[in-house]
Amino acid sequence: MTLGQIALWGLVVGLVMSLVVITGFAYTTLLERKVLARMQARVGPNRAGYIPLPGRGKQEKKLLAGFMQPAADAVKLFFKEDPTPAKADWLVYNLAPMLAVIPAILILGVIPWAGKIPGLVPEQYDYFAIVPGLDVAALFVLAVTSIGVYGVVLAGWASNSKYAVLGGIRASAQMISYELAMSLSLLVPVMIANSMDLGVIVAAQKGQWFIFLQPVAAIVFCIAALAELQRAPFDLLEAEQELSAGFNVEYAGMRFGMFFMAEYMKMISFSAIAATLFFGGYRGPFVDQVPVLGFVYLFIKIFIGLFLMIWIRATFPRLRYDQLMLFGWKVLLPISVVNFLVVAVFIVLAEEGLFAPILSFFGF
Amino acid sequence: MIAELAKGMGITLKHFFQTPVTIQYPDVQRPVRNRFKGRHELKRYDNGLEKCIGCSLCAAACPADAIFVEAAENTDDERYSPGERFARVYEINMLRCIFCGYCEDACPTEAIVLEHNYELSFYDRQSAIYTKDMLIVDVPVNGRPTPQVVEPGVFTKAIPEMENPA
Ligand code: SF4
Ligand code: SF4
Repeated sequence: MTLGQIALWGLVVGLVMSLVVITGFAYTTLLERKVLARMQARVGPNRAGYIPLPGRGKQEKKLLAGFMQPAADAVKLFFKEDPTPAKADWLVYNLAPMLAVIPAILILGVIPWAGKIPGLVPEQYDYFAIVPGLDVAALFVLAVTSIGVYGVVLAGWASNSKYAVLGGIRASAQMISYELAMSLSLLVPVMIANSMDLGVIVAAQKGQWFIFLQPVAAIVFCIAALAELQRAPFDLLEAEQELSAGFNVEYAGMRFGMFFMAEYMKMISFSAIAATLFFGGYRGPFVDQVPVLGFVYLFIKIFIGLFLMIWIRATFPRLRYDQLMLFGWKVLLPISVVNFLVVAVFIVLAEEGLFAPILSFFGF
Repeated sequence: MIAELAKGMGITLKHFFQTPVTIQYPDVQRPVRNRFKGRHELKRYDNGLEKCIGCSLCAAACPADAIFVEAAENTDDERYSPGERFARVYEINMLRCIFCGYCEDACPTEAIVLEHNYELSFYDRQSAIYTKDMLIVDVPVNGRPTPQVVEPGVFTKAIPEMENPA
């Protein structure tokens, strides 16, 4: 394939994947509402759309009740009045939602979805992604997630409201604090696989997922990612009880919808990244024989990740702000630094062959 | 700490697999208690005569000033209720009413009773005012609609002789 063909291929795949992910986003909202409801002994949305089943007895059974809810929500958001507050910074105010949502989608570009599928993947790459073969993919993920915070901060600043500003400031402080721990634990799989290419990292997990090699890094990454996503129990920037809605309090209609979208897209992409880094990515039984299974496995892993996040949200109360900072700087960061150093030292020692004498001493 | 966190997660997961307690309200209606105080009804005797005698005691008792009564004279050719007078106009403003039931207590003939209908919502203030036509119950099976033409001298007093007259 020539470079032009690859670019065209990337465009087509990107479009298809974006549509898939946007649908996925819509249904993630439904999943969250349904699962949260069930965990609180409620039913959740069940009015918009169902498949009627003629049941015995008087009441007909409703299958998949509420599956049109995302569509109803979207229609509602599009037709809502969308005012701009007086004295808001018009340009920044309109730019901020896009700035929030674009990075969330961009992350998905580097995630390897499946192994080498003949005919679907250009022959020079050995895995399926929208942008395969990006050799700084892990760095790209970190960089792009950091851009996401601008959307939040600028939204808070531009909307000329004190609650929004407080939400935005909280967001920036929180994201900066937890990004350190997150990046340091993200580096651990990078060091073990000796590559920043996510495809190579997944390939290195053949037989052994990195969570079994490095449970500490995996757990720290998951917690820090939760904080980075501003999900409960770290959802301080939209603490409804204190800030009404935080940075997006002045937004309505589809501009609010975009923040919503950014949040859920990020949930999906962080689940995918966590799966890729620590849970074997698209790998699973028989994936080498039938590479298409990679999609299924990654999808299942993303689903489990989403479910876990919702489950955590249903269970834990929000942290206080000083507790949040304390936890980030005094617990997560030291753990991840020490873990990072230990892993680095061990890798160097192993490469220098210093383990061989010790092992032979014990008779291996 | 980890054990407590896991315990909390366990509780939410347990609820996830239990059936929800939600009652699907418009489809399934939960019965109210017998003494539930909902929308008022103006009762009738078994022969169809209205119990309300237009005395305005309910209006006087109402702490929210929600009731308006205007009485008129009964005649034997056009009898609405036993006794001298009946309520020509009887209105309750449901937006003012606090459903305290004082009107029910004040009524000498037990004409007004707070019943079980709680579905009171309106699109405008005007439709929140319930008139006599809306409040009064249907004529019983072997009764006659009001106004009735009756024999002179039978229905001159309301209580206690009028306890369900033949
Ligand atoms: S229930 Fe109370 S507030 Fe309502 S009309 Fe009767 S007396 Fe007035
Ligand atoms: S409802 Fe009872 S208290 Fe009120 S006017 Fe009629 S008879 Fe009198």
